[in-house]
Amino acid sequence: MPEMVFLWTDILIFLLVALVLAFINYARKRPHLSRPWKQVFSSRIGISTLIILLFYIAIGLLDSVHYRPDVNDEKNKGADMLSTLDYILSDLRLNHEKTYSAPLATHLYARENVESDTGVTTREFPRLKYGGAHLDDPEKDYYLDLFEKTVIGILLGIAAWVIIVMLMVSWLAVNSHLAFTELISHIRHRKTEIPWRTAFITLLVISVIAGILYNLSQYYHVLGTDKVGEDVLYQALKSIRTGLLIGTLTTLVMLPAAILLGIMAGYFKGWIDDVIQYTYTTLNSIPGVLLIAAAILMMQIYMSNHEADFTSVTERADLRLLFLCLILGVTSWTGLCRLLRAETFKLSELDYVQASRSFGVGNFTIIFKHILPNVVHIVLITVVLDFSGLVLAEAVLSYVNIGVDPSTNSWGNMINSARLEMAREPIVWWSLTASLIFMFTLVLAANLFSDVVRDAFDPRLRSQS
Amino acid sequence: MSNEQSTVLTVKDLSTHLGSEAKPVRALDAVSFEVRAGETLALLGESGCGKSMTALSIMRLLPAGGRIVAGNVILHDQSILDLTESQMRNIRGGRIGMIFQEPMTSLNPVMTIGEQILESVRLHDDTVNGSQQQKKRALQLLKDVGIPDIERRFKEYPHQLSGGMKQRVMIAIALAGNPEVLIADEPTTALDVTIQAQVLNLLKDLQKKKGMAILLITHDLGVVAETADRIAVMYAGQIIEQASVNDFFSAPKHPYSQKLFDSLPSRHKRHAALAMIEGQVPALTKQFMVCRFLDRCEKRITECETNMPPWQGEDKNGFRCLLEYKKSRKKKTAKVKQEQQQIAATQAVAEKLSLSGLKVHFPIHKGIFKRTVGHVKAVDGIDLQLKPGKTLALVGESGCGKTTAGKALLQLIKPTGGTVSYGEVQLNELTEKQMRGHRRDLQIIFQDPVSSMNPRMLVEDIIAEGLVAQKIVNSREERQKIVADLLDKVGLPAEAAQRYPHEFSGGQRQRICIARALAVNPQVIVCDEPTSALDVSVQAQILNLLKSLQESMGLSYLFITHDISVVSYLAHEVAVMYLGKVVEQGTIEEVLDNPMHPYTKSLLASVPVPDPKYQRTVVPLEGDLPSPANPPHGCYFHPRCPVARQQCHSNYPANRQVSDTHKVACIELQQ
Repeated sequence: MPEMVFLWTDILIFLLVALVLAFINYARKRPHLSRPWKQVFSSRIGISTLIILLFYIAIGLLDSVHYRPDVNDEKNKGADMLSTLDYILSDLRLNHEKTYSAPLATHLYARENVESDTGVTTREFPRLKYGGAHLDDPEKDYYLDLFEKTVIGILLGIAAWVIIVMLMVSWLAVNSHLAFTELISHIRHRKTEIPWRTAFITLLVISVIAGILYNLSQYYHVLGTDKVGEDVLYQALKSIRTGLLIGTLTTLVMLPAAILLGIMAGYFKGWIDDVIQYTYTTLNSIPGVLLIAAAILMMQIYMSNHEADFTSVTERADLRLLFLCLILGVTSWTGLCRLLRAETFKLSELDYVQASRSFGVGNFTIIFKHILPNVVHIVLITVVLDFSGLVLAEAVLSYVNIGVDPSTNSWGNMINSARLEMAREPIVWWSLTASLIFMFTLVLAANLFSDVVRDAFDPRLRSQS
Repeated sequence: MSNEQSTVLTVKDLSTHLGSEAKPVRALDAVSFEVRAGETLALLGESGCGKSMTALSIMRLLPAGGRIVAGNVILHDQSILDLTESQMRNIRGGRIGMIFQEPMTSLNPVMTIGEQILESVRLHDDTVNGSQQQKKRALQLLKDVGIPDIERRFKEYPHQLSGGMKQRVMIAIALAGNPEVLIADEPTTALDVTIQAQVLNLLKDLQKKKGMAILLITHDLGVVAETADRIAVMYAGQIIEQASVNDFFSAPKHPYSQKLFDSLPSRHKRHAALAMIEGQVPALTKQFMVCRFLDRCEKRITECETNMPPWQGEDKNGFRCLLEYKKSRKKKTAKVKQEQQQIAATQAVAEKLSLSGLKVHFPIHKGIFKRTVGHVKAVDGIDLQLKPGKTLALVGESGCGKTTAGKALLQLIKPTGGTVSYGEVQLNELTEKQMRGHRRDLQIIFQDPVSSMNPRMLVEDIIAEGLVAQKIVNSREERQKIVADLLDKVGLPAEAAQRYPHEFSGGQRQRICIARALAVNPQVIVCDEPTSALDVSVQAQILNLLKSLQESMGLSYLFITHDISVVSYLAHEVAVMYLGKVVEQGTIEEVLDNPMHPYTKSLLASVPVPDPKYQRTVVPLEGDLPSPANPPHGCYFHPRCPVARQQCHSNYPANRQVSDTHKVACIELQQ
């Protein structure tokens, strides 16, 4: 049994998961919270983007369970810490080529001196160590093999999908007391409350893509390799955790400040309001990038002065990531704070707050009983809307080198390295493309999902329906 | 006005559905009526009965998902429903004008009122060409609706105008197209009585001059009696009675109409409970197979359970009921609770709560440093005494400071000056913490039953809030029992405790609010217009409840309202407020029968009386309420006062004691 390691971000991520689960449990008993969520789940865009997001989250969570590997094992050489995702993707992680190779290539992307059996040295593109290594004659068998592997991948995907759908439908059938076949016909004719048909189609698309990727990656580098020969698909998958972390932990960091200060400013008014308002106006007028750059530089200097405290590279990178979340949180709470202040202003003049004051209810009880539950929808909408913005912000910050540690896998770092690759002749385009596809899918899904959430919680739209 | 005037607007069997095809809300069901030139037809009904939907159907301005499924709307000979949308645009604002309820939101705040009238003139009046001509016409319209200083007003923005002025501007805009029919959708509901009287007079004058047909949509029987020629009563999407106003007011035929009259609060019903219409208007989602009033009707017979009620009488003078109309409608004799009255008269009780010289001033801040440049004197030195078991009504127009006075009494707003004493305690000297102990004796009921309950809380938690805050209960069982008792007291089932506020109707919500206030066993309840957001029939339920609670629990009410009929039904004493000051106070008989102050006289005279034969004797008030930030010098009322004289400009008159209980602040009476 390898030794488990809990990084700071891991702890916070699981804390966040616990909070979300607790919220779900809380919301289930409260119709004003559960009704809009039901509306989200019964929207076709809502459910399909949610499934995509869950897929990302699952990968991110797998990547958040760390352990210290057995150093004696040959496979774990040079790694001081691994995650379950690393374990699953061992092949991808360990099959290093020498340098760049194009997606699905069989040969390296750079010429090398190769000595043939006869001792003649020629400059040619050498065969890859792992990519397509099973082929005897790549020229002849390449396309057929690719086709064959893809088809097998699709079949694998469909098989996995059928199993998942069967399990889910039987679970649903038990819950809804319908016969299995009857339920299937309901789903096919879109008669279910939650659009399972859309959900299953989304699931089918995901599992087919996953199946193809899985089967091809056994034999090829599906998205090519980077300068030091590392698999780009592996990098992109590892980056998911970073993106999700920045998107969610930042909000977790800023929420208490934004909620507390916003509500206090709106409720107590007077000098408290003035102080809070001046604080966030001042903070807002400092350019965010400047603040972040300063904070990250300070952090780096601190770390290099206290090297003894930060022995592990992974721990150090992790701490920098956490620090980035914190500082992003500090710069981004003002928007929500402002919204909450305005809403609280309005709520605190409402009759039910006045009535409660006329009962002699204390201020903090009023805030927790009357104000907070009535601003939860604003918080939810902001959190979901901010998420995609933060994922993109990470990419931008890493690109200008004030983001995550260079050793951390992140889409921003991939794009940063692509800066040089694009200048190369012939250009290396796959790092950039891979990070863009992964980021684009996540951000698009998050944006569409947040639209649905916003619509469901917006009281003006709700009154129309 | 001759009866042979041509029919302008005919509505025939109009049916409108809202919502999905599968589960339509049948907002209108075969509504038929006609309006002749120069005639006013009043469409009367409670909220949600389809009055506004009728207007919107005629204008073809139905909300998304609304559709006219049957019937026809004919303007002269032209069927409106056959027109294309672009032809319809000429009709709207042209041949049919419309005025809405809320003048504040009907005008665009970033356009001058001149531009807004001009826009309508350009679109709908082809007789004037050229910008000069059009401007002249717009100014003429402003003059027609009685706005003074038209050249200046023309360039002003809506926020610079008072509510009454804005409604006049709306009328001017509606008149720009020389409409043949004017649809007025609750045109005066958002206005004060004195302003309402002005606007209603204006509408009548304009009608006389221009001979248009007016379709007046209202819920107020008084307004109907003042302005309409004929009336159509709507109930649950159907017209249930049509008659001329004189016939209707002397003898309403449909049981619902009769009940409406009985549930109106008034002086002579003081000593009896008001007639109530139990229950609520049925949901319009189902198809009606029987009379829609069946569940609430007291006169129903067995046939009602099976048969659809037929229309009896002529088209324009009939009603929809199975019962035949009997002339000998039994007059309800008010059971006077004499003994009780006598006790009240002989016992001079010590007052429970008294305000003396109470002042609430809100500072006006200006500039970067937020210096105080002045004060809004919302309440400017009032003296009131509240006796145990009695109701003191605080009457006045909106903006006169009556709500602020109520909140200052409860220390929800800190008074700027004066004292509030409750028994031995000076409430205004207590800190917030000390005040908490006294909170249980003083409670408040708000006007809007929607915003006065937290939508996220169960009814049980709402009612128990005070119990918990005042630490009256300790265990959950005890709490549940008390809540159930309270719900029973206000006439709601105990199951209501486990539901959310939005599941209740307006009247039921107000009952919950009353239960919440009663939870802590208060001595004094401030009722801040508790019935003005409710329909007449529901209002009667709430008034009855308040009255019976007062009798059984000996509560004192400070009843804040603008509705004189409610005052005359419920109150023992009245204080009339004008611009932060009490101008007249006394017992109900003294003030209502023998008003001394000119403002009280005009206020009482402005109230529309539900009797078409009633003739006004006093000219209703001109002008608007001045700003409390900058009240006029001398007597606050003198700029609007019909009997003002020189001295009124210089000094605020002192109170004069007319009798032991009757006090008036007017110079006229001081000599």
